Amino acid sequence: MQNPVTPRTLYDKIWDDHVVKALEDGTSLLYIDRHLLHEVTSPQAFESLRAAGRPVRRPDATMAVADHNVPTSDRSQPVEDPQSRLQIETLEANVKEFGVPYFPLRSRQQGIVHVVGPEQGVSLPGMTIVCGDSHTSTHGAFGSLAFGIGTSEVEHVLATQTLLQKRSKNMRVRVEGEIAPGVTAKDIMLSIIGRIGTAGGTGHVIEFAGSAIRKLDMAGRMTLCNMSIEAGARAGMVAPDETTFEYVRGRPFAPQGEAFEQAVAYWKTLATDEGAHFDEEVVLDAAEISPSVTWGTSPEDVLPITGTVPRPEDFADPAKAERIRRTLAYMGLEAGQKIAGTPVDVVFIGSCTNSRIEDLRAAAAVLKGRKVADGVRAMVVPGSGLVRHAAEQEGLDRIFRDAGFEWREAGCSMCLGMNPDRLSAGQRSASTSNRNFEGRQGPDGRTHLCSPTMAAAAAVTGTLCDARDLLEPTMAEGAA
Amino acid sequence: MEKFTRLTSVAAALPQENVDTDQIIPARFLKTIRRTGLGEHLFAGQRYDADGRENPDFVLNKPAYRKAGILITLDNLGCGSSREHAPWALLDFGIRCVIAPSFADIFYNNCFKNGILPIRLPREQCLALMEDASHGENARLTVDLEKQEIHRPDGEVVSFEMDPFRRQVLLEGLDDVAQTLKNHEQAIREFEARPSRAWVPSTKQPGRPQSVIGSKGEQA
Repeated sequence: MQNPVTPRTLYDKIWDDHVVKALEDGTSLLYIDRHLLHEVTSPQAFESLRAAGRPVRRPDATMAVADHNVPTSDRSQPVEDPQSRLQIETLEANVKEFGVPYFPLRSRQQGIVHVVGPEQGVSLPGMTIVCGDSHTSTHGAFGSLAFGIGTSEVEHVLATQTLLQKRSKNMRVRVEGEIAPGVTAKDIMLSIIGRIGTAGGTGHVIEFAGSAIRKLDMAGRMTLCNMSIEAGARAGMVAPDETTFEYVRGRPFAPQGEAFEQAVAYWKTLATDEGAHFDEEVVLDAAEISPSVTWGTSPEDVLPITGTVPRPEDFADPAKAERIRRTLAYMGLEAGQKIAGTPVDVVFIGSCTNSRIEDLRAAAAVLKGRKVADGVRAMVVPGSGLVRHAAEQEGLDRIFRDAGFEWREAGCSMCLGMNPDRLSAGQRSASTSNRNFEGRQGPDGRTHLCSPTMAAAAAVTGTLCDARDLLEPTMAEGAA
Repeated sequence: MEKFTRLTSVAAALPQENVDTDQIIPARFLKTIRRTGLGEHLFAGQRYDADGRENPDFVLNKPAYRKAGILITLDNLGCGSSREHAPWALLDFGIRCVIAPSFADIFYNNCFKNGILPIRLPREQCLALMEDASHGENARLTVDLEKQEIHRPDGEVVSFEMDPFRRQVLLEGLDDVAQTLKNHEQAIREFEARPSRAWVPSTKQPGRPQSVIGSKGEQA
């Protein structure tokens, strides 16, 4: 425990408030407020629990939903793939046996666990939140400590509601100033990862701060925190403020009435104190951030859309040069070529990074009155059934369908290609997801990560392109 | 969990940075409800061609390394997805020790939970061990967790750092859950009873129906 007069960070405060016991070896037993479960990383944990005859300690702090493996086509049909079906049925049997709250596949609340948790008010400020998925960092947008765990840790949390953890270091990434029109939270985050690298945050929890972050809505903050893991960080966080409280107010599982006001009073104490120590600090000028896209097979391979692909010979380190060469070969790109103008085969708008209603609105703003280019397969996979429904109420589905997009059911889908939504070998995608690893979206598939705005623009022109050209009112006629 | 004390084995070198968990075990093989049987899909993208034939150039397909018990890579091993299927696949293949200059956090944790020893060593030492590994069967490494040493084929000894608690867990093959319940049950109960925790709502029953979706208050 720290002396109360020592200025503390947001992370320090949440950590301190969840230490069940500090152990001699420097680790702490940390209490977990929310445990989110999905079908892929939980079956083995339940199996071990059953074998040991242990109950789920706190079903009332747990929530389950199937997302990774679910088909995003017609939900009225049974799941075709027998292995996927078994995994979903296993989750359903487990939540029933252990009394865990669950949003069924055919309910409107079903969706990607990192969209559903916030949407339902299950994920709240000041909490510790874990899930057997690395993108659990998403929930840090609320000013919670949220991180991904493995299946053995899932079992540990199910049985004990705690985790043994070592305190991480504090890192602050400040983005100051105004972002330019056409620049989104995704571009901010890609720029951050491009700057600090995929291991830049290793061993740290990142607090995102600065005037540009304060102005982001919750969807933008979730996009930012979601990809903290792509910078290697244990978690990403944004201090809770009025934007956060307004988002949370009235959500089904949030505190209601007087209890909400009391919770807000507590949440307001969580912001980092003046003078608190950060082990690392990085500052970005928001005005310098352009619409961005990845060119390679690591999320740190980021370029402004106006940029050119690196040349191996520009790197003195032979290992680095070799990696560039290998990456260019995999991606089917020429050293030094402009990234804009690269033709795409598939456009994917979805994933826990960018599948919220705000993301769909941003994409629809580009697509309105336009058509998907010939030969491009374009799909929208909303983050939840509720997002899908809300989009239909607003008429966004019409804009997507009229443009030639597939309008699908909620799930993880082509972000990781576990279900039938996959790239085939050599296909190139503009994708609003979070990882461009080799084979991530399908064996030998080529992924370019970008914002929903940029993905929509790529769908229209059939190439990676600067979405700002389509957003300019004067250009709109000619570009369509 | 199987104990880890001492291992003598051939080491396979994969001289790449950022070997991510999608490479170690691609997502399409995660549709299992078991921990076992993933070894055949380990590094599937590099190990097999599109028709499922072995790529003879990939290290784990070369005769000398088909029974490798140690894997050596460059920086940031295990980055990306939290999937514990990555250590399960390594273990199922027979790899009990992974060596790299640095690891991604979640993968590093997951190794310990499965009796796999992850060792951090400076890059130069990793490169030296990779050079040993290139001699295949003729150059076995011995990893001694008790002494925190790696014995190279030429007799040289490389020491490594290890967190004492994690070391003990591996040496004894301890079950984390049983340990926590045995040692900390009382502390957990006391924590749960703290008045400061009264604000945390239940996930069992919503306090009210859904009315908003996004951040700008659309009606559902």
